Amino acid sequence: MSAESETSEKAPSGAAGGPPLLEMRGISKEFYGVRVLDKVDLDCKAGEVHAIVGENGAGKSTLMKILVGAYTPTEGEVRIEGEPVSFSHPLEGQHAGVSIIYQEFNLLPDRSVAENIFLGREPKRGLLVDRRQMEERSAEILEQLAPDDPISPRAQVGLLSVDRQQTVEIAKALSLDSKIVVMDEPTAALAAHEVERLFEQIERLKERGIGVVYISHRLKEIFEIAERVTVLKDGERVDTKRPSEVTSPDLVRMMVGRELDQYFPQRADAGSRGPVKLRLRGAANYLLSNIDLDVHGGEILGLAGLQGSGRTELARAIFGADPFDTGKLELDGKEREIRSPREAVAAGIGFVTEDRKSEGLALMQSVRDNVALAWRGLRRSLRKQHELEIGELTKAVELRARGLGQEVRFLSGGNQQKVVLAKWLATEPQLVIFDEPTRGIDVGAKAGIHDLIRGLADEGVAVIMISSELPEVIGMSDRIIVMRHGSIAGELAAGPTEAEIMFLATGERDIDVDQPAATAAGGERQQQEEEEEGS
Amino acid sequence: MNRAVSRPQPRVSVGGPWNKVTGAFGAIARTTSGPVYLVLLVVFIICFAVVTIDGGEFLSVDNVRDMLVRSVALGIVAAGQTLVILGASLDLSVAYVISLSSLLGAETMDGQNGQIITGIGLVLLVGLGIGLVNGIVITKLRVNAFIATLGVGLIIRGYLEANYAGPAGKSAPDFLKLGFESWGPIPLSVILLFAVVGAVWALLRWSRFGNRLYAVGGDEQVAKLSGVRTHRVIITAHVLCALAAAITGLFLASRLGAGSPLVGQEASYDLQSIAAVVLGGTYLLGGRGGVLGTLAGVLILAMLDNTFDQLEVDPFAKDVARGLIIIAAVAAYSVRWRRRRRSEQAAAEGVEPPAGGTPALQEGRTT
Amino acid sequence: MSARPAPVPEPPAGAGQSRTEQALGLAAAAFRGTAIVWLLLIALWVAIGIKNPNSLTPEQLVLYLKRAAPLAILAIGAYFVLASGEFDLSVGSLVTVVVVVAARLNDGDPANTLPVLALLFALGLAVGLFNGFCTTILRVPSFIVTLAMLLMLSGAVFLWTKGAPRGALADNFRSIGREGIDGFPVLNQLPYSVIILLAIGGIAIWLARGGFGRRVLAVGDNDRAAALSGISVHRVRIAAFVLSAISAVIAGIILGGFAGVTAQVGIGLEFQAITAAVLGGTVLGGGRGSVTGAIAGALVLQALFMLLNLYGVDRALEQAFTGLIIIGAVSLAGFRARGG
Repeated sequence: MSAESETSEKAPSGAAGGPPLLEMRGISKEFYGVRVLDKVDLDCKAGEVHAIVGENGAGKSTLMKILVGAYTPTEGEVRIEGEPVSFSHPLEGQHAGVSIIYQEFNLLPDRSVAENIFLGREPKRGLLVDRRQMEERSAEILEQLAPDDPISPRAQVGLLSVDRQQTVEIAKALSLDSKIVVMDEPTAALAAHEVERLFEQIERLKERGIGVVYISHRLKEIFEIAERVTVLKDGERVDTKRPSEVTSPDLVRMMVGRELDQYFPQRADAGSRGPVKLRLRGAANYLLSNIDLDVHGGEILGLAGLQGSGRTELARAIFGADPFDTGKLELDGKEREIRSPREAVAAGIGFVTEDRKSEGLALMQSVRDNVALAWRGLRRSLRKQHELEIGELTKAVELRARGLGQEVRFLSGGNQQKVVLAKWLATEPQLVIFDEPTRGIDVGAKAGIHDLIRGLADEGVAVIMISSELPEVIGMSDRIIVMRHGSIAGELAAGPTEAEIMFLATGERDIDVDQPAATAAGGERQQQEEEEEGS
Repeated sequence: MNRAVSRPQPRVSVGGPWNKVTGAFGAIARTTSGPVYLVLLVVFIICFAVVTIDGGEFLSVDNVRDMLVRSVALGIVAAGQTLVILGASLDLSVAYVISLSSLLGAETMDGQNGQIITGIGLVLLVGLGIGLVNGIVITKLRVNAFIATLGVGLIIRGYLEANYAGPAGKSAPDFLKLGFESWGPIPLSVILLFAVVGAVWALLRWSRFGNRLYAVGGDEQVAKLSGVRTHRVIITAHVLCALAAAITGLFLASRLGAGSPLVGQEASYDLQSIAAVVLGGTYLLGGRGGVLGTLAGVLILAMLDNTFDQLEVDPFAKDVARGLIIIAAVAAYSVRWRRRRRSEQAAAEGVEPPAGGTPALQEGRTT
Repeated sequence: MSARPAPVPEPPAGAGQSRTEQALGLAAAAFRGTAIVWLLLIALWVAIGIKNPNSLTPEQLVLYLKRAAPLAILAIGAYFVLASGEFDLSVGSLVTVVVVVAARLNDGDPANTLPVLALLFALGLAVGLFNGFCTTILRVPSFIVTLAMLLMLSGAVFLWTKGAPRGALADNFRSIGREGIDGFPVLNQLPYSVIILLAIGGIAIWLARGGFGRRVLAVGDNDRAAALSGISVHRVRIAAFVLSAISAVIAGIILGGFAGVTAQVGIGLEFQAITAAVLGGTVLGGGRGSVTGAIAGALVLQALFMLLNLYGVDRALEQAFTGLIIIGAVSLAGFRARGG
């Protein structure tokens, strides 16, 4: 919150008077006629951290992909140190001094740290790779990044903790002599003390005159490290501010900027909540500890938490993909053991996975076969009347495809998701778990998916919905469970504030700088009420 | 509520029991080839014990020499095969390249010492050409490596069967020394084996090609994004693999004194070399493993062979035992690998292992 | 990416399509994947007809089918394993084992042919189960498992026969591969092997079109998605290996009849079977292919051998041509798949 006056002094003299290190002007991007970015401006000075915030789908990652050269913009101009550039491949971006650290690391887990840092640019002596130089140079960079506990250049990357793998990524960017480093949700998978270390590393990048473009959901971080923050919404730049000029609620308002209720279907009224469908007591496995949970028929239970907090892991455990090792699981009041997805499907559970392509669909197969996938998993035969039912189901989810024989890989993201939905509807489930049901789906189709989810609950099905988009969780859920570090951090009644969720998800009281005491207390009070009600 | 989640997060030690082993052995054991050496040691002890109890000699100079010499041919092809498998490819044409090389070498030499260099040169050149074809068909025509090298192998086989009915050519007298003479106590052929394995090892460790090969085999996308020209790497691996097969052919020509159109297929060096590589701990899908593991794999097979011979086990029983051992060893590696992945994942999530017990910090949340 | 359809003008699925339109669409889709193999088959037969018009008579065609039957049956088995995303390299040696074991046990005695046949099928079942078990439960790559199985089978059979095949097949055993229904109209004789091929082809097509076949493709296409949809990936793959092994047993029984008892009978058949399936549009790695394509691939290979034979090409060079054609056809099919 303090650094902006100091950075201009820290920045190297060369960059002080000249053009900014990075300038993006009037960037627009269209995919198949859909405008995902509309005339966005962004600049970043040497030694500056410029944060970008916005909801999922606001266009942050598209903008970053344009910056690093993974996409080419439909219109607009990118300048680096005043020179216009246009990249057609991330490698060209790298050469021009732009590196990106993705959420999913681009590292080879089986190779050493030094080998990863210098992949493709191994220093040579004569004919041979100069391993000593490679390791010394890596050690030098790693030492700068983490002087207290430097990573050994010989360590195998796959055996390092996540934050240390991230340090390797940063070291790779430094070894490229990058002038601009883009960080995409760098703290998503980090614990609090690891975040501190990352911030120290970012300070060092600033000292070297590197411009950092920092994308994060966590507003608190932005007040801690950013010099400026740009808010994106629906592909447009709302504003660029200094953190000292705004408060956290201001930012949220700029990011959301709409009434939530009109976008989401009507919640269930309290009376329509049915009996408990799923009950977990003390359930745990190697990724989860001590999960107590009730899900009622007819309700949508939102499952919130940071990435890596155990949301997906909980879903997979309920679904038998990574079964619980201990604890009790009851379905409709009967104790059950679900050791495999097969048993889960047979028990009437459906699971719409986060990654449709790798976990939800067989892409080379037809719509018909994908809709029948879970049905066939139950080894039920497919007769003529079922063919008709498949047609009915695809109509019910308003699937737009050329026909039932069309290969699923040719459908749009929204329609693929509808196929997955139809797949589970076909099994007539009692409980459906949705993991990020609208990720990567355009705004229009989102509303359709939301309606379908609510429709399912209205028919008495128990629904668990995992989402990273807080407005979605808040707008859709009848009740919200927040997870942190593999266990349940707390429970909230319908319609909490984003701050309440973030407070439980991070365990940090000062997430919302202006009204910490009120929300935190409110959150706790609500939980206690919930607990009393439950017991 | 807050207290319920602010528990400390112990880091799980990853890498399983190997992490507790320190020193040089620990360093070796932690590599991906680690368990291979353990298997090698176990097989060695068992073979040694069984043969000794049976009244035979396992560690005599003669017997060790015999085992090593018998490992030469398979060892050299397998070293080459290691390269292509590390790059997530494979080469089924090596058996035919071996036969072809033995014939070309022996025919070119035609019993004359003066022709040795020409013979070797020609064979290596042909090997290089075949490797290039394999690599180009796989990368540029994008034919699956299995089909591509199978097809190329069939082409060579057709040529061989059409032109040769049996052994042909005559290896030069001086060239026979490679197969039969020793340098001190060490047979020349064993020196050749170690030279090839050493060269491949050095290539993997000290060359840019080696570094990039691991990257291409491990994750082609990451390699591409780091600026690695993946096609070039794959083609190079195939050329080197075909060259290794060509050298094997030359060695066999020296052992046999002539070339043979069947020498490669009879010992099914194609499949055996792949088996040796995988037995040596290299991951069949690429990116993980090394040539020293392959050497260990070849030695395991040689020790078993030797033991069965000494026990006068039926030669066909050897094949059965060999098959079972390969499956068992590879199954053991894959189980170990999954365990490790699981503990890594738990560590990455910052969750305690269930064995450590979950402290009853959440007693407030009971029903 | 460019193939992504425009989202707007599509009609809702299943609407406005008559049954014939759907059937035509299905036929077109089925043909698209395997077009090359059928064209190749036609081209080969035209070439054969030009060289020797006599070979186009029904009798000759049936003879050709008779010779192609074992490979076609193996290709069907290979299809299931490949489509599920695995390899089976053990079928060639299993064929050898079947022939050698049958000769030794049968030993010329027609009375025990039935028990021997039953035993052979039991053997096939065991081999398939073992391959499947090691691949799925033990997670050893199928390439290695079936390679080891190849070693073990050939080792075991020679161990048991002390190096050289002994005994003989009884006449009724041999007649399965050799003879047929005599006096059949037009054809003169309808060989049993062709009947078996038709029956197995029919069963396989039925299996492939039904739930099992769809599960196989789903598992080969994306085993994670299949598992998370409740499909038992292990069971599907084990079943595929069993089918492959059973097809090898049947092929061995037929081959024993007309090729005689040798230890070489099965050599290289595993590669030919895989080649046939791949020529017929089956994708290595799984998820795509068809039984009819695999059969057509086997017919292409057989026609190719016949053509080369007619043109007096050295039997040995057949191999070389086969190699060339495989590479050519597969790369062509690959380019078409990427383009379309």
